[in-house]
Amino acid sequence: MIFTIAARELRSLFLSPLAWAVLAVVQFILAYIFLSQIDNYLMWQPRLAAVEGAPGVADLVIAPLFADAAIVLLLVTPLLTMRVLSEERRNRTLSLLFSAPVSMTEIVIGKYLGVLSFFLVLLVLLALMPLSLLAGTELDLGKLATGLLGLTLLLAAFVATGLFMSALTEQPTIAAISTFGLLLLLWIIDWAGNSENQASGLFAYLSMLRHYETLLKGLFNSTDVAYYLLVITLFLGLSIRRLDADRLSH
Amino acid sequence: MQKDMLVHVEHLTRYYGHTLAVDDVSFDLAKGDVLGFLGPNGAGKTTTMQVITGNLAPSAGRIDVHGIDLLDEPKRAKREIGYLPEQPPVYRELTVEEYLHYCAKLHRIARGHIGKAISTAMERCGLNEVSHRLIGNLSKGYQQRVGIAQAIVHTPAVVILDEPTVGLDPIQIREIRALIRELGKEHGIILSTHILPEVQAICNRVQIIHQGRLVFSDSIAGLERRLTATSLIAAFHAAPDPDALAQVPGVSRAEPLPGGRVRIHFTATDPSEALIAQAVANRWRLYELSPERRTLEQIFIELTCSEQPSDQPEETA
Repeated sequence: MIFTIAARELRSLFLSPLAWAVLAVVQFILAYIFLSQIDNYLMWQPRLAAVEGAPGVADLVIAPLFADAAIVLLLVTPLLTMRVLSEERRNRTLSLLFSAPVSMTEIVIGKYLGVLSFFLVLLVLLALMPLSLLAGTELDLGKLATGLLGLTLLLAAFVATGLFMSALTEQPTIAAISTFGLLLLLWIIDWAGNSENQASGLFAYLSMLRHYETLLKGLFNSTDVAYYLLVITLFLGLSIRRLDADRLSH
Repeated sequence: MQKDMLVHVEHLTRYYGHTLAVDDVSFDLAKGDVLGFLGPNGAGKTTTMQVITGNLAPSAGRIDVHGIDLLDEPKRAKREIGYLPEQPPVYRELTVEEYLHYCAKLHRIARGHIGKAISTAMERCGLNEVSHRLIGNLSKGYQQRVGIAQAIVHTPAVVILDEPTVGLDPIQIREIRALIRELGKEHGIILSTHILPEVQAICNRVQIIHQGRLVFSDSIAGLERRLTATSLIAAFHAAPDPDALAQVPGVSRAEPLPGGRVRIHFTATDPSEALIAQAVANRWRLYELSPERRTLEQIFIELTCSEQPSDQPEETA
């Protein structure tokens, strides 16, 4: 049942020009960043070759590419998650799901997986860029893997946040701007953590960026993975609660 | 409880905040029933339907669908319900066939039966020629039909239709009514409407809801009895004295109306025959005689307007 809902969500996404436009624009921008990183690397390479234990392609091309990809996706995710539930509510199609023998959990998780699989397509396209370097050089595949894992988890957290915001409102644009605001806040929240040495460790922990950076460095830390899983569970749980509240008195 | 009882609603109550939308409503729906749900705007028709279909949780009360408690086992109970809300819940970007396929899967129809279920539903709703068109490009009438197809694709025991003929042209209305009558043979149907003749045309039971309460519940046959004439309208070229008319056997009172017409009230038996005989004998030159029937509209207005709106503000349906 979850997969039925997910499949329809994914299908509807691809039936709208928005999804294609997003894929094209993101791919274009990331390809440009990728190429300029390579260009940079080629400029530095002669000097790097002389240094013992110098950073390699994974550090100088892939890590910056993924770091930039995260920012681009932060901007793009709200656009695709905004209509997931708000539009169903607006077009009154939500009652189709409510009157079908499906639980709220199935609805939310189905929707979530549908949108997430769209982003996985995007992620595969992105992963092809660094993998294409394998044709000419050696890659630190471990670093690439943690980077990809980090980006996947980050995206999964973005989508969960967007889904929840979409569950809150009937207006897709409001869902988009709130998602964007919340994600950006979670992104920069550790700025406060930086200024006050140890005092705001909590803020540092809350920052999505912090956990992502560790993974980009190639460090697989279970706290970071747990952080993302917690964020995802939290927002999915809240979305389910929110939909349930539609049925109850208000 | 009878065996073929499809829906059993007991003391259903629903609040929106402090507003009471549905107040202690109880009724049953048996197989083969087409139940018409009448009421002014904001009376609680839609709320009642939404509660029965599980779109809203009741504040109090109990709902059984086909013997399954809707609140205890919502998934099993919902399989027995097809619901068409006021606005058909269609995805504009899908074709009719894709959409029905999705609905069939949502209602857990086994993979092998989906094709047949869809073609039956499309056949019944006359959707065959538009099956590959996008729903967003269809006219309102066709979208409504897609909505009905969606409600019957999983052959539920109960079909609940919220104002199914709103916004349709007269020919489509006739087709939809014929469809509903046909569905009524195998399913139990609850439909809400503002259109009073529609109820008389397709339902076999009527309920009128007003300010959240059921104020009238009867079969169409019972309703017909309520509607039977207790007066005649007669027109004479040489109108007699009302007292002379009152002398006719069976007539209780005669009331002159403008234009030489007389309303003749009677209690037990229809005095038409005696009246005609007298008219001929006395040369009253009777040229028109018709029984006066009450209409459903009159009953409706009596029930819903007798009580002035109380302190409760009207709630949207």
